[in-house]
Amino acid sequence: MTTAAKHPAGHPEAAVELWLRMYRKMLAIRLFEEQVSELYKRALMPGLAHLYTGEEAVAVGMCEALRADDYITSTHRGHGHCLAKGASPDQMFAELLGKEAGYCKGKGGSMHIADPATGNLGANAIVAGSAGIATGAAFSAQRLRTGLVSVCFFGEGALGQGVLYEVMNLAQLWKLPVIYVCENNLYTEYTHFSETTAGDIEARAAAFGIHAAGVDGQDVRAVHAAATRVVSRAREGGGPAFLVCNTYRYGGHHVGDINREYYRSKQEEQCWMSERDPINILATWLIEQGLADEESFGRIRAEIESEMNHAVEFAIAAPYPKADEVSQDVYA
Amino acid sequence: MPEIGQREITFAEAVREALAEEMRRDSRVYILGEDVAEAGTPFKVLSGLVEEFGSERVVDTPISEAGFTGVAVGAAMTGMRPVVDIMFGDFVTLTMDQMANQAAKVHYMSGGKWKVPMVMRTTLGAARRSAAQHSQSLHAWFSHVPGLKVVLPSTPYDAKGLLKTAIRDENPVIFFEDKMMYKMKGPVPAEDYTIPLGVADVKREGRDVTIVATSSMVQVALEAAKMLDEIGISAEVIDPRTTWPLDEQTLIESAKKTSRAIVVDEGYARYGVTAEIAAVIAEGAFYNLDGPVRRIGAMHVPIPFSPPLEDATVPNENSVFEVARELCGRA
Repeated sequence: MTTAAKHPAGHPEAAVELWLRMYRKMLAIRLFEEQVSELYKRALMPGLAHLYTGEEAVAVGMCEALRADDYITSTHRGHGHCLAKGASPDQMFAELLGKEAGYCKGKGGSMHIADPATGNLGANAIVAGSAGIATGAAFSAQRLRTGLVSVCFFGEGALGQGVLYEVMNLAQLWKLPVIYVCENNLYTEYTHFSETTAGDIEARAAAFGIHAAGVDGQDVRAVHAAATRVVSRAREGGGPAFLVCNTYRYGGHHVGDINREYYRSKQEEQCWMSERDPINILATWLIEQGLADEESFGRIRAEIESEMNHAVEFAIAAPYPKADEVSQDVYA
Repeated sequence: MPEIGQREITFAEAVREALAEEMRRDSRVYILGEDVAEAGTPFKVLSGLVEEFGSERVVDTPISEAGFTGVAVGAAMTGMRPVVDIMFGDFVTLTMDQMANQAAKVHYMSGGKWKVPMVMRTTLGAARRSAAQHSQSLHAWFSHVPGLKVVLPSTPYDAKGLLKTAIRDENPVIFFEDKMMYKMKGPVPAEDYTIPLGVADVKREGRDVTIVATSSMVQVALEAAKMLDEIGISAEVIDPRTTWPLDEQTLIESAKKTSRAIVVDEGYARYGVTAEIAAVIAEGAFYNLDGPVRRIGAMHVPIPFSPPLEDATVPNENSVFEVARELCGRA
């Protein structure tokens, strides 16, 4: 029996690599969204975008527990899921700007980024709209015996949609390898979830006999641990799982939702940002464990900033699709 | 394409044969729906399939049309070729988000990267005394949505050939079967053949008036054509077979030849298939027409239960005959 290599601080090297990678990915999502916000303010981005800022630990913790070819479905607030699953920022920014070089040739935009190369079945702008697709991907994984797992990300607003429960029932009946990840960021658009959600969220899944658990969605290590557990269980034929990741949306419903006092206080926002920031929580822990220091974080930040700047420049310089693109891809 | 030959089977048997042949040919073809396995559906269209292919591939679902249709969309994107069964066409309303917002748009929104090769089989047609929620013909709804294809077979021969093509198509296809037609017999080759989508079929040649008819209305139009023959009017009956893609050229050419056109469809005339086809003919053959393109569809009312009322809502050979006679100046 061989002993896994240990980091000088006593942790297995592989775990240290994973934590640092998760730090980097969360920061990449944070800085990506900062650029999106800038593009909006500079009127360079058509339409709107729904930022993932504050929720980074959920996408990163989940996707780090997946194989590269496992499936995900995403939402209108989907940039974080796409990046965490391996999408490249330059093609994402190009898509956000409606450019030919974007993931969907500019025809999808912020809310519809899809990428077969990273198992991304697509972001969906119908709330709970991808629940069927994610469950269907798990159905094909099971029947075609590919060994793949499917992860369905959705906000707690999707809990109001009936189709979610229809497919959860099917998934448990057929023991499909699908993980339902409810990102409870507390607000369904401009309404606190307590005004829209009766009873207990986990109990809804438990009623189907689906394995359900609540997770601190600001602690990426906790998300990753829970994800690893339910993903391997699903891959081994143990059936679906339902994770409620408790998190917070730092910004508005979309980039244009600036004045939010009518539905939540600035104090509440400040509290989450200063006390419960997922990047800070991991960074603090890494420093405490002697696995990183401010200087190494600074280096990582500089690298990502440079990558994001290049990606934005690429997207701005990229051409729009040609006019005849409009009628391409309606039918395969 | 093989000779049509002498073998006659029913419309239901033709559908079943198409499914069985495609399931033998391609292990990725699955059937999902309510009571599709041992029950073989209430119409017994799928009887025997679960015995051959097992419950692994002929999958009974809960009564969750949106749920299992959504599952089919995701399964189609990831390597399967699902065929979902929506028992009554009225229930397609429950699947509309999955079909119109998901299946229809996945390919386009992803810039052509994902495909949704799935078929939704469902029924249309009134006259079963089943009232307003088991009798509608809602094919126009799907025909309106870019990204979907809509098939309306009117004979056992067309049903088999078109369904096989639909299953092999790379896009979401909705396949409407007239439930009153399941027991109708017709010649169908036992061997493999396909019929392309978007090719109309001239069911009867004629000189004086073109009757474009779909699905359940093709037999109605053929009956009316016989009646017209007796008073010296030669009617041409054309079945577009698919409302999208639509074989516009064949319809226009026929209208140019006869100089008169009537469109008959069991869906509602208002904003319906008859409206679209009439517009296509009017735009394409206007200067060759002797009169306005006439439309005959279901009355703009929910389908009533009471037999005399229900019968009044649906076009029949007499109504088609009267409109044709009037259009030909024989009123």
